[in-house]
Amino acid sequence: MAIRIVKNFFKRIFLNIFRNKKEIKLGFYGPPNAGKTSLANRICKDFTGEEIGSVSKIPHETRNVQFKEKVEIEYKGKKLVFKMIDTPGIATKIDYEEFLKFKMKKRDAKARAKEATQGVVESIKWLDDMNIVVVVLDACENPYNQVNITIIGNLIARKIPVLIVANKIDLKKANIKKIESAFPEYEVIGISAKYGKNLEEFYESIFKLSKKIK
Amino acid sequence: MKKKRKSLGRIKGFSIQFMPYSEIRILNSDERIRKILGIVLGNNILLLQGRLLPEEETRLIGDTMAMIGHVKGFKGIELAVIAGNGDDKLFSKFRRKFVNILSGGDLSAITIIGPATVVKEIKRNPKKIELMLNK
Repeated sequence: MAIRIVKNFFKRIFLNIFRNKKEIKLGFYGPPNAGKTSLANRICKDFTGEEIGSVSKIPHETRNVQFKEKVEIEYKGKKLVFKMIDTPGIATKIDYEEFLKFKMKKRDAKARAKEATQGVVESIKWLDDMNIVVVVLDACENPYNQVNITIIGNLIARKIPVLIVANKIDLKKANIKKIESAFPEYEVIGISAKYGKNLEEFYESIFKLSKKIK
Repeated sequence: MKKKRKSLGRIKGFSIQFMPYSEIRILNSDERIRKILGIVLGNNILLLQGRLLPEEETRLIGDTMAMIGHVKGFKGIELAVIAGNGDDKLFSKFRRKFVNILSGGDLSAITIIGPATVVKEIKRNPKKIELMLNK
């Protein structure tokens, strides 16, 4: 019994040392146009000076999984190294005609739709590889969307720590309370990735979640 | 001479199909997804008793995406699950999990799946669900 306690104690210490040196895979998931890339860009720019990908008002701008390795985030004197993984928005339908509304040529719209469908498949495949997932939701949209529920359900099933972020709180229509009532079991952090609002609280939650990695 | 029908008649293009959970209980994930997609591709709205496993839901989304562009006119699906909102008390949660184990699935839920060409949007909030159809 005593040997086991001592063994577990040392194991925990070594694991913590090892975890601090190893990159934590931080995934950004959510529906299209919620601001996943904007948030990942904000973090990457603050700590590395470089962005991870381009953003656009047209949905499905991110159609491939994008990475930024060795992003060292410092918060209140503590440091953690992350591999940032920005994923394409998950949707259950993609219609090229939606892109035509943004004055896109038919051929380009069709190509974008095709790439977007492949992006969704790629996002789903990556779920298993994450250590922590940030589910980015648009605070102006209805959170009772099956895609959001499915993503979170999958993360629970895989025992991956999850943080829900309500983005775009700078907008008048934003309603964080609606997101909180849709996901009462989770902490919801309201932020504005565009203006960098409330990111301190976001980092605090990420550091807290990093302790729950299995 | 033919009698004129007084009923509203059938709305062309789709039908609603109800499937009890017993139809998919013994199937594996592959067979469940294939069965569901077979119904949805036939322009039917499926009301499924119970719900799929989270992994099956993502699998369904992934398989749907893989079909867009390969199946003529297919643009994806609309999907919604009506179930408890998860803020049950500890005892209720335990009781629900126990019942789910006995019945082999969450039979208190209803899953609605329809082709995006027919179902424009499934609007939901905690108290109601609205199925918006394409014209």
